[in-house]
Amino acid sequence: MMKIRPPIVFLDSSRNPSSQHAATRAPRNIGELFWVFNHLTLLGVGGVLPFAQRILVEDKRWLRTDEFVEMLSLGQVLPGPNLINLALMVGQHFFGWRGAVVALSGMLAAPLVLIFIVALAYSGFAHTPLVAHGLQGMSAVVAGLVIAMAVKLFPAIQARRSNWLWAALAFGGVGVLRLNLLWVLLVLGPLAVGLAWWQLRRS
Amino acid sequence: MRWFDDALPFFAHFLLWSLLSVGGAIGLLPDMHRYLVAEHHWINDAQFTSALALGQASPGPNMILFAALLGWQIFGLPGALLAVVGLILPSSLITMAYFRYSRIHRERLWVRAMHDGMAPVTVGLLLSSGWLLARHEAADWQHIGLIAATVTMSLRTRVNPLWLLLAGALFGALGLI
Repeated sequence: MMKIRPPIVFLDSSRNPSSQHAATRAPRNIGELFWVFNHLTLLGVGGVLPFAQRILVEDKRWLRTDEFVEMLSLGQVLPGPNLINLALMVGQHFFGWRGAVVALSGMLAAPLVLIFIVALAYSGFAHTPLVAHGLQGMSAVVAGLVIAMAVKLFPAIQARRSNWLWAALAFGGVGVLRLNLLWVLLVLGPLAVGLAWWQLRRS
Repeated sequence: MRWFDDALPFFAHFLLWSLLSVGGAIGLLPDMHRYLVAEHHWINDAQFTSALALGQASPGPNMILFAALLGWQIFGLPGALLAVVGLILPSSLITMAYFRYSRIHRERLWVRAMHDGMAPVTVGLLLSSGWLLARHEAADWQHIGLIAATVTMSLRTRVNPLWLLLAGALFGALGLI
């Protein structure tokens, strides 16, 4: 039996009713945490994030969409690869620092073994057209998966109208104008957080 | 490998890069290239680029796999270990400390503002990632069709993304796109 768990406490979900969908569950034990991260990382050819969203939010229902966005945002502003930070936070949320270590190990163990096998095999097959074309087809699918995932996350930010502005500016800056990510974060971050701070204080 | 002259500064650079990797580790590429290729000639341009491509083609977090391959090419297995641990350790400690803090002080105004304010920026950035990937791949109408079909399928159906990836690989290998 799955335990039904309360939402992550630092999120005041009452402010964001649109993302209060089905109740979430907790992992059965720390071992399940390991295997789920092992599973989703091995699916992630070209990008783990769409699979993380699919499995953690849609299949396992360990996180609501807004909780997922929350952890991704923190992973974005804190140093470190986003996915590593996401694994740490999910693990830590359920099982404390042990959970963080287990989720991280689950995410890294198998890919680190595989990469050396792939590297050895690649030196033999890299220039066969079949492999090159197959990889190209997969890259196009990965692009589609990332776009679809971003669209699926929009319900988590519908609470305020100003949120559309920040999302549009971030997209315009990095996606259209190709500005440096760090500069976009340094400019938009304080503005968005500042406005949220002002809005929260007023309410 | 000479531990003090080579491995120690190598490790120290990965520790430093870990702290600098705000907004995703991909932004580190220019500096990694500068240090490992241009300054020390530990690997050449082609090795650097193929490590990046392999990190993306193999399952798992791309930049970690990329770092592992760099370390492996330069100092063998100990090098891979140093690179991965170096790139992960400092940022992980910061993330875990902040996550703990933010849960204890969840009612603090600035913690809530930080979480509220950054969420839309993150969603916008994810959309940019998808957009940039798509633009890079959209060589012709067949590719655009494949991308559009993927977006539609994953929004409208519960199909496992793995099947879509396999279909993409198959279309590519058969020369249909």
